[in-house]
Amino acid sequence: MTVAVKNGKDAMQVVRTAVVHHGATRDELIPILTDINHELGYIPHEAVDEVSRLIGMPKSQLYSVASFYDMLSLKPRGRHVIKFCENAPCHVVGGRQVWQALHDALHVKPGETTPDGRFTLLTTSCIGVCAVGPVVVIDDDVHGNVEPEQVAEILARYE
Amino acid sequence: MPAVKSLDDLKRIKAESLEKRQIKASAGQAQVTVAMGTCGIAAGARDTMKAILETIEADQLSGIVVTQTGCIGQCEHEPIVQVTLGEQPKVTYGKVTPERARQILKEHVVGGQVVKNLVVPA
Amino acid sequence: MKYFRSHVLVCIDPECLSKGAHEVEDALQDELVAQGLIDEVQVLETSRIGGCSNGPELMVYPEGIHYVGLTADDVPYLVEEHFLKGRPVKKFMEQITVVTDEELGPPKPKEVRVVLRNCGQIDPNNIEDYIAEDGYAALAKVLGEMTPQATIDEVTRSGLRGRGGAGFPAARKWQLCRNVPDSPKYLTCNADEGDPGAFMNRRVLEGDPHSVLEGMIIAAYAIGASYGYVYCRAEYPLAVKTLNIAIQQARDFGLLGENIMGSGFSFDLEVRMGAGAFVCGEETALIASIEGKRGEPKPRPPFPAVKGVWGKPTNNNNVETYANVPQIILRGADWFASMGTEKSKGTKTFAIGGDVSNAGLIEVPIGMTIREVVFDVGGGIKDGKEFKAVQIGGPMGGCLTAEHLDLPIDYESLTKAGAMMGSGGLVVMDDETCMVDIARFFMEFTQDESCGKCTPCRVGTKRMLEILERICGGEGQDGDIERLELLSAQIMKTSLCGLGQGAPQPVISTLKHFRHEYEAHIYEKRCPAKVCRPLIHYTILDNCTGCMVCARNCPVEAISGQRRSVHVIDPNVCIKCGICMQVCNFNAVEVTS
Repeated sequence: MTVAVKNGKDAMQVVRTAVVHHGATRDELIPILTDINHELGYIPHEAVDEVSRLIGMPKSQLYSVASFYDMLSLKPRGRHVIKFCENAPCHVVGGRQVWQALHDALHVKPGETTPDGRFTLLTTSCIGVCAVGPVVVIDDDVHGNVEPEQVAEILARYE
Repeated sequence: MPAVKSLDDLKRIKAESLEKRQIKASAGQAQVTVAMGTCGIAAGARDTMKAILETIEADQLSGIVVTQTGCIGQCEHEPIVQVTLGEQPKVTYGKVTPERARQILKEHVVGGQVVKNLVVPA
Repeated sequence: MKYFRSHVLVCIDPECLSKGAHEVEDALQDELVAQGLIDEVQVLETSRIGGCSNGPELMVYPEGIHYVGLTADDVPYLVEEHFLKGRPVKKFMEQITVVTDEELGPPKPKEVRVVLRNCGQIDPNNIEDYIAEDGYAALAKVLGEMTPQATIDEVTRSGLRGRGGAGFPAARKWQLCRNVPDSPKYLTCNADEGDPGAFMNRRVLEGDPHSVLEGMIIAAYAIGASYGYVYCRAEYPLAVKTLNIAIQQARDFGLLGENIMGSGFSFDLEVRMGAGAFVCGEETALIASIEGKRGEPKPRPPFPAVKGVWGKPTNNNNVETYANVPQIILRGADWFASMGTEKSKGTKTFAIGGDVSNAGLIEVPIGMTIREVVFDVGGGIKDGKEFKAVQIGGPMGGCLTAEHLDLPIDYESLTKAGAMMGSGGLVVMDDETCMVDIARFFMEFTQDESCGKCTPCRVGTKRMLEILERICGGEGQDGDIERLELLSAQIMKTSLCGLGQGAPQPVISTLKHFRHEYEAHIYEKRCPAKVCRPLIHYTILDNCTGCMVCARNCPVEAISGQRRSVHVIDPNVCIKCGICMQVCNFNAVEVTS
């Protein structure tokens, strides 16, 4: 049974690949979940079931771990994930205005996805490039020295 | 790849590596190093690197070794490009946009003239 | 009065003109007429938009899109796509580049690079480059000439203290672990640098990963560990990649794995990525995460040195601590101890961020004053503003003010002043920073990152955050400051780990030095720094020329006025975004509180 996933990937196949790659043991749980999250954009319930079966771990414990870590999502995300650094060093050099610009452009609250499924807006903790703040990360691209006027242009690059 | 079994092995590798650098320097080869730490990339170092490589190809420049390195520490001035011509001291440029990279290649690397207004104190 | 839905500004600076700006402008006018858009889109000439080296340049409002390098031939396509179909044309847009500022900061004469000596000098993906700089020579010395105990003794003599924040003597940890009669033993490296504003570890991992690996192998030898983990936060993908390449190269060269350098000592390690939890920088939480569990801290004792990963003796140190080790072995403990202060030896890396001219990374001998670091090395405050405060030690550190500028940066002095060394992040703030907002900011962070295990931390920080948000929102009440103080004391005393124990620290230190700001917010409903939106007002001054640029750019149409007469902002509609102030060319918009 296929699940609604990013790029039309087969969720079960992704799970099995991850488990085979890392090993079916408890201590590999976070790397496995990270791989699944990366391939599918999030961790569907069916994936949790399958991991639980393959590793031999109760589902409740899986949910306990998956829900603890910020970078693992149990909810579907948009085609592009925007992570905005909301920490003090970026804030102090103009982050607030960039955040406002992002809000104005997307009209969603943090954690939400735009109705057309294009963007999910998240906040992230410090990425460690504070000297070029404010910083916006979209998918794997790190954009530095962002000014509010540039937000529309940056977003326009992502389909 | 040689397995290092002793301090002598290390010394040998060190000597070979230093010699390679020496050959590069005395052959008048130019070394262009782009800082590609995460902060450099966030400031646009990838585009700078691309511009450098494209210019070298388009203008058929030879004798230039392009390398990358990690964060140099002067993050305020990213993207940073360092140019070493032969045995001359290394020159560090800051805020190197793709356009400035082309300028540096043409004026300094090929023309031999340091582009003074783009230099960061080392 | 005609209202245009769009404005196009064409740069007619000499440089752009020489590249054909007039041709572009004419083509634009023609095309707009042809498409019947001339009544909707106004074309204006202006001077310098961008660098002009990319000319001809256009700026389209209200979107604020900057087009560069256009020719007259590009115009029909641009008009059709952007103005008719509403699709900005990516390929004509300016690449995002660093906004130029020709003023370069002063040189940094007081830096002493030990940990950072190779960063930016070598190719991190080439182990031979590292070896050329005497890389792995320390390991050869240790394996060939020193016993594990002698190694520990040398590090003890150097006075190296853990660089992760607490400053515990590194060699003492190693000795404790060595003395435990259990096996196997593990080594962990804490690369979960989560403090906002701290990126020193990232630099070392991306720029000189082998220095960390070499330090770890030496430590493993000293302790008798057989396997290690580098726990690196997932927010540092390049560091993870660089580390993995370095590890493979070290293995290929026989410097990791079985029988290292023919000595009979075997040690290997792997990288474990975090998954976005700040609390995993706490060593027991880090260990739990390696084991595949929720990153919740555990009570200590037992310390990880006795019972760590899988219940076995584990030595945990920060990236920077390990990176110092090869140099200490090669150049000697006395050399290391000759730098720094009596109780804090060696150098420390710092990341200076915030409102300084030269934001970046530096490494200086411990004991340099805050003044020297912020002004000499950091270049002082940007844009000619005044120094107000500096946050040292991350979200669990404290704020220090101008009266502390001559304090030496070492473990004891900072703790005494109410801050802490932490991992080395310094966030400098100018006089336009609201300290209550900053305290709220840090509290928001720690509240979000609280693992939830301890009620005082989980619930207490939430209550504190609510109070701070009310204060910043103009709804501060009498008694709020006292409530904050009471909660702070409770949370600090009763939390299990450093996160909870330190979470109230920014509030405590800002209350200590900036109590008057809190009081202004609560009793006068005023934000002295003019930052907190509900407490500020934007007004237009009498020197307004009525150019209408602000009115056009206001996202909520709060500004009204006729051309050439002074405009007015409706305070009931204004959302205080500040855009009007940014676009005004006459400094006619003022913000008051």
